[in-house]
Amino acid sequence: MARRAVAIIRSLPAWLTAALVLALTLGTLAAVAWRAEVGRGLSAGDWSAIRFTVLQAAASAVVSVVLAIPVARALARRQFRGRGALVMLLGAPFILPVIVAVLGLLAVFGRGGLLNVGLGAVGVAPVSIYGAGGVVLAHVFFNLPLAVRLILQGWLSIPAERFRLAAQLNAPLWRVLELPMLARHMPGALLVVFLICLTSFAVALTLGGGPRATTVELAIWQAIRFDFDLGRAALLACVQFALCAMAALVAWHITPLDGFGSGLDRTVARWDQSRWDWVWLILVTLFLVLPLAMILWRGVPSLPDLGLDIYRAAGRSVLVALAATALTLGAALSLSLRGGLLVGMIGALPLAASALVMGTGLFLMVFPFVNPVTVALPVTVCVNAFMALPFALRLLSPTVADIRADYGRLAANLALGPWATLRLIILPRVRKSLSFAAGLTMALSIGDLGVVALFATPAQETLPLAMYRLMGAYRMDAAAGAAVLLLFLALGAFWVCDSRGQGDADAG
Amino acid sequence: MLTLDNVTVSKGTFQLHTCLQVPPGITAVIGPSGGGKSTLLAAIAGFELVVSGRIGWDGIDLKGLVPGQRPVTMLFQDHNLFPHLTIAQNVGLALAPRVKLTAQQVARVDAALADVGLQGLGERKPATLSGGQVGRAALARSLLSDRPVVLLDEAFSALGPALRAEMLELVGERMAAQGRTVIVVTHDPQDARRFADQIIFVAEGVAHAPQRTADFFDYPAPAARSYLG
Repeated sequence: MARRAVAIIRSLPAWLTAALVLALTLGTLAAVAWRAEVGRGLSAGDWSAIRFTVLQAAASAVVSVVLAIPVARALARRQFRGRGALVMLLGAPFILPVIVAVLGLLAVFGRGGLLNVGLGAVGVAPVSIYGAGGVVLAHVFFNLPLAVRLILQGWLSIPAERFRLAAQLNAPLWRVLELPMLARHMPGALLVVFLICLTSFAVALTLGGGPRATTVELAIWQAIRFDFDLGRAALLACVQFALCAMAALVAWHITPLDGFGSGLDRTVARWDQSRWDWVWLILVTLFLVLPLAMILWRGVPSLPDLGLDIYRAAGRSVLVALAATALTLGAALSLSLRGGLLVGMIGALPLAASALVMGTGLFLMVFPFVNPVTVALPVTVCVNAFMALPFALRLLSPTVADIRADYGRLAANLALGPWATLRLIILPRVRKSLSFAAGLTMALSIGDLGVVALFATPAQETLPLAMYRLMGAYRMDAAAGAAVLLLFLALGAFWVCDSRGQGDADAG
Repeated sequence: MLTLDNVTVSKGTFQLHTCLQVPPGITAVIGPSGGGKSTLLAAIAGFELVVSGRIGWDGIDLKGLVPGQRPVTMLFQDHNLFPHLTIAQNVGLALAPRVKLTAQQVARVDAALADVGLQGLGERKPATLSGGQVGRAALARSLLSDRPVVLLDEAFSALGPALRAEMLELVGERMAAQGRTVIVVTHDPQDARRFADQIIFVAEGVAHAPQRTADFFDYPAPAARSYLG
């Protein structure tokens, strides 16, 4: 009896979650595939979208990883004041709303930005950020820090004794230690960045477009929003799913999610140093900080002028994020409690599904019955929740497994029962992971500009969408104000959630 | 009386066979590592599946009872206290599956803590206690539980010899003397010699029937002789 009850409490929510995930990923895919007009084939425009998607992702991956190597090396061998802050800064882009970063990059590299002002002063023709170059630039902004962290881990994984031995033998470090390490770590980093760029929508939406810089996801959005060509959107969604699924399973095992810079706080003791280290460190800091500083500089003064519609949109964003976070945490916790390989794979499925594909599928499913506009926000909640699920699961399930291994028998021997075990033992002990996962989900959801763009009209606008509309209308000051608000909300929500998990429950 | 009647326990490819009875008092389980000592305790506590035979307590078949329903309280090698709960909350879990206790329960917890020499430390977290104090707190919880069988699976092996002796003395005074059946897995034959009433020797997948401690050490069986050296 009791054993049965335990089994049901462990299994039922997990299977419900699994069913929901399957419905959202494979279910929407089925809806898409059923509707796809395979017979008419892919047009020349579609092929060029596929080509551009792959090429820009490849270019972004190569540029990010190649630039990451000198930065990671500098971080690996230099100890300086502010190093911890820089490592933390390298973690920030993960929770930075894409559209905020894009606006910041526009302020630096755009038409009236710092770069072109400088170029103009020396009589050089201005450069344009729009198009393929801008898409790659924005992707490098987001993924260079990730690549640095991945490769820095590689550097720190070289045992100190080897550096000592090599120094003593006066052996070339680069040849005997660093090149072999890079050969091991670079393929993973390249693949991760490639995959992330393959599914990035907001960057292509804001900086891409036109026949030469349209990604598959952007083409899906255009097919629905402008042409209302559901058959073509569905066909493109199938293509996008195939693209992602191919790379996702490989990448899943090498994405690091180690908190924000934990374990990266030491350096390698070594005896070769180069002055170029400082150049690289200063350049990467400027590259990351300048766009954000420009946002603050332009946005803060226009904060008081933000319209009521912006604050309404912000409120909607927060509500959507709260609902998505509750859903994600519940789903991740129930999957973690169930455990097992199958559940882990189901939890990882959203990685392969793009938000736009899910959105298209849901659009096709609800369209015959209700006006998609009326379900824009619930759909956004679901999709945001499930896009964050793999990360939350990665954070929670090892912790839950550890608690099981350490205290499972004790709890059973004490006859605590499933609910008391959950309430008294598991929840207090996963608080830290749970808070971090909540922070990530809140920030990701607040900053998300994806599926909501498919469905919403101004009446359902979230803050990122409102910001996009302002940018489209060239109201850049108002957009910068909204960006400051969005930045504050996303980072603030992360901080509020994450700090609830700080403090050691076991101390005192 | 705890009875293991032609019991076979299966753990992966490893199998443990036994047929024995354990009387009240302290029984030490000794033998080479990998011989099945912990498996024996895990089977009694309900953590390992018994594939054949029967484990009984006072005529009741324990088959089908989950660990929490058995007349067994167990202390493990480590992780005996939940680090996020106070000492009093940890000990109180022997009385009810909650951390807020009634006044009467609080009084019993305090009494149990005083019994093991931890009066006044109930509000502390385990991390602030020494290894010996943590052992005592876990012992206090076992004292408080009214279950007649107490299993100690190398519960004190992380402690030094003096502390370990102190713990086993407490076990003798507070548990064995009350008529409870205490089964202690130990790596140290000297501990067994000093504190146990009888010895179960476990080696190569067989748990032998208990022998009186003096007999075991004075006239060891061939297998035990090679273990004792």
